[in-house]
Amino acid sequence: MDTRIDRRRFLKIAGVGASGILLPVYGTPVTAAQLTNEGMDARSKKALADVVLNTARKAGASYTDVRIGRYLNQFVITRETRVENIVNTESFGAGIRVIADGTWGFAATNDLTPDGIAKAARQAVAVARANAKYQKEPVQLAPVKGVGEVSWQTPIEKNAFEVPISEKVDFLMEVNNAAMVAGADFINSTLYLVNEQKYFASSDGSYIDQDVHRLWAPMTVTAVDKKSGTFKTRNGFSDPVGRGYEYLDGREADKIHGQTVLYRNSYDMIEDARLAAQQARAKHGAKSIKPGQYDLVLDPSHLMLTIHESVGHPLELDRVLGYEANYAGTSFATLDKWRSGKFQYGSDKVNIFADKTQPGSLGAVGYDDEGVKTKRWDLIKNGILVNYQAIRDQVHMLDQKESHGCCYADSWSSVQFQRMPNVSLAPGEKKYSPKDMIRDVEKGIYIIGRGSYSIDQQRYNFQFGGQLFYEIKNGEIVGQVEDVAYQSNTQEFWNACSAICDSSDYRLGGTFFDGKGQPSQVSAVSHGCSTARFDKVNVINTKRRIS
Amino acid sequence: MAILSRSEAKQILDKVLKYSKAEAASAQLSGSETGNIRYARNSVSTSGIVNDIELVVEARFGKKSGIATINEFSDAALEKVMRRAEELAKLSPDNPESMPLLGAQKYLPVNAFAKSTAEITPDQRAKAAADSIAAAKKQKVVAAGFLEDTRTFAAVANTEGLFGYHASTSANFTVTMRTENGQGSGWAQSDVTDFATMDTGATSRIAAQKAVESQQARALEPGKYTVILEPSAVSGLLGFMMWSADARTADEGRSFMSKKGGGNRIGEKMFDKRVHLYSDPTDPNVPAQPWSDEDHMALSRIDWIKNGVVRNLPRSRYWAQKTKAEPVPRPSNLIMAGGDKSTEQLIKETRRGVLVTRTWYIRMVDPQSLLLTGLTRDGTFYIENGKIKYPIKNFRFNESPVIMLNNIEDMGRPQRVGMGGFSAMIPALKVRDFTFSSLSDAV
Repeated sequence: MDTRIDRRRFLKIAGVGASGILLPVYGTPVTAAQLTNEGMDARSKKALADVVLNTARKAGASYTDVRIGRYLNQFVITRETRVENIVNTESFGAGIRVIADGTWGFAATNDLTPDGIAKAARQAVAVARANAKYQKEPVQLAPVKGVGEVSWQTPIEKNAFEVPISEKVDFLMEVNNAAMVAGADFINSTLYLVNEQKYFASSDGSYIDQDVHRLWAPMTVTAVDKKSGTFKTRNGFSDPVGRGYEYLDGREADKIHGQTVLYRNSYDMIEDARLAAQQARAKHGAKSIKPGQYDLVLDPSHLMLTIHESVGHPLELDRVLGYEANYAGTSFATLDKWRSGKFQYGSDKVNIFADKTQPGSLGAVGYDDEGVKTKRWDLIKNGILVNYQAIRDQVHMLDQKESHGCCYADSWSSVQFQRMPNVSLAPGEKKYSPKDMIRDVEKGIYIIGRGSYSIDQQRYNFQFGGQLFYEIKNGEIVGQVEDVAYQSNTQEFWNACSAICDSSDYRLGGTFFDGKGQPSQVSAVSHGCSTARFDKVNVINTKRRIS
Repeated sequence: MAILSRSEAKQILDKVLKYSKAEAASAQLSGSETGNIRYARNSVSTSGIVNDIELVVEARFGKKSGIATINEFSDAALEKVMRRAEELAKLSPDNPESMPLLGAQKYLPVNAFAKSTAEITPDQRAKAAADSIAAAKKQKVVAAGFLEDTRTFAAVANTEGLFGYHASTSANFTVTMRTENGQGSGWAQSDVTDFATMDTGATSRIAAQKAVESQQARALEPGKYTVILEPSAVSGLLGFMMWSADARTADEGRSFMSKKGGGNRIGEKMFDKRVHLYSDPTDPNVPAQPWSDEDHMALSRIDWIKNGVVRNLPRSRYWAQKTKAEPVPRPSNLIMAGGDKSTEQLIKETRRGVLVTRTWYIRMVDPQSLLLTGLTRDGTFYIENGKIKYPIKNFRFNESPVIMLNNIEDMGRPQRVGMGGFSAMIPALKVRDFTFSSLSDAV
């Protein structure tokens, strides 16, 4: 969720869409070439980290961690036949977190000299001491065994930052041209590239060097009908991924041919642009949906967001406890429901797990931002709520001894806190394809792609739209429909889950800028699933006329 | 260091522009000091201060432009940043929509800087939180709140003779109070220029009262209701409308402001005749930067909608040139004219209706009609015969602000609300036939 965009904290990219877009990005504009510079080596970072650890210990810290981070971004933003903007940013600094007098303290600096970083370490201890006055109970930190000097890298094949800008621009121009030739009036296409070079060290004896890559290639295609004064859009079916530039190879083996072409581990953006233009045009002639109850067949490109909003967020422990009450909200999934061991979150077919290790996912790292080795754990087992998402200073509240490893900060200057890991729906065990699923539906709607989405602050009531809607009658798709949104209640919805396709249909979707906290921080997270069916869900018609 | 005076800022800008070897160059120097305190479960969770100062330099060669930034101001650093911008400009592709830099602008004088906010101390922040927590404890409810105070300055200059300086302060406070049994929740906000006028205790008492009174909510059938939307509830819907309004997208046929057959709807009466929406950087209630962020064009008072008629849409200089129209810069504040009734008075004059404290998680459903969905939150009540009768469960709404502004029954006194780094004066609105489409169990 990201409801309030604070203009001061965001980089403004003018000229995109209606009023420019605001990107939650920090950093200083640099040349593209600078993005491929090596940066500070691990040995120098270790030396600086040791200065922090020693200084903080001497100042009275009982625990210290330091993150020396270099954050790189490149955005290439285009429309139709031209580039609107190219943005390269770099941000380099260190965030220091300590426990002193049983209380957290944090300070950050971009002065990465031994003196500068030692000063920040002493500041962090002073902040902890000052805050101790307001602390009700001391921080309890789940133990972590130091791992010594280790490293981890997103398994990329092609570093996107090493691909020349001109090649990226040419590629997007080809994408835009494909849409325009196929009948689009407008297309906005963008490449977002992110590289986080994070060096973490803690007084537990860990020195962790990580190189994290993410990529997203969204587009929106618009088809206008001037005569009727109406317009329709179709967004691209790419997913933000934890992969390199090879994601844009559009390998044939990664394509899923059905009602449209969908993509697994790589994406054919040119093909999708052409299809998007045709489908946006076709929306003008599509029938407006008759409201009522329908069985929904939800493609992973759509269902990922429903998982994110209705399972991912309500199971964040800090929300459950009330720490996010004034912003993101709290949660219906209260501790008593979990403790009962009987809370039926979904039908017995529903198995949902958290995972910070899935290859290609946005959340995949070797270690989280407090040095905990990442893992997979169950959240919902056979429909029953079994666990939450918690970090080192929280797991004791669940009578657990081990952090789940889902702590994250969006910058060296932000304080790390609990963030959503990849949360995914396990595929069905029996062989079952989307075609089989559609054949079994009498009256339904097949939904592809994410559209508008909204959910209440405790995550009960939600409404979701989509990109493409197809009406199903007696096991067959009878045509494209429009003006569709479904409304449901989280527990009702997941208990209405009657079938899930097998693992051959499993795909990862994701969201690039998920917001949480005050001041707000963003994070990127993936959600995997196969196509799934939900029975008798309330569908509304969203068509309105304004005079 | 973060807040420079007009002359200090001008000196740096003059110097950096002197280093330019480009065809044209512009520079913006801005600094801020932001303090915050966050608390939850009646206990402070985090607090901090962030200082930031940055010089952004743009160099131009024809239709090529390059931007570089720096946060140190020695002669060598200033020369380096200009060289970097020039280097980036030479490497960048032509921007066919690039417009020449503006010449000297006449910026209106704006008084947006308050000493009390400029001199706020960590103790004052702690006390603001303590006052709020005390209000919570008195009503036996649990507080979660966030106070953020900001001092900023911005100075702009270019090689074509433009110069401007603006300093401002602001403080924004939001608080959510929840009953211990989880059955009641209330919210309130305060957004000011002058911290001395902020009373977090008083604001918190409103939220606490709403939390207590919203317990044991009853379920009403979804449907069309007369509603009284408090200013924060209105601002959620209005914000979407204002950010979506743009001459170019309207002319391109992809906006709620597009006209059948082509063009835009400027000059048409699209709203109730009482609707008057405008911007004015010099308004004493919401003083704001007197130039637009995009290209530093001077801002003055401008009507967006008057007597229900669309008067202006933001229009970039490029699009203005292309369509032979006047450029209209994006504003730095928003004001909706209202009446002089308090929310209590509006309630008193309502036979049957729903009072909405706040709207939440608003998303666009259909940009064609500007249909939005979202929920009520933190204090929703049923009104009968001029009195609040009982609390009701939250609703999901599906409504367009265009329809909302056609169905106005009455308007309250405008109040200042924060809209995410942007301040507005918005009245409470009494609106008929507001569409609630389902119930939410959320408290």
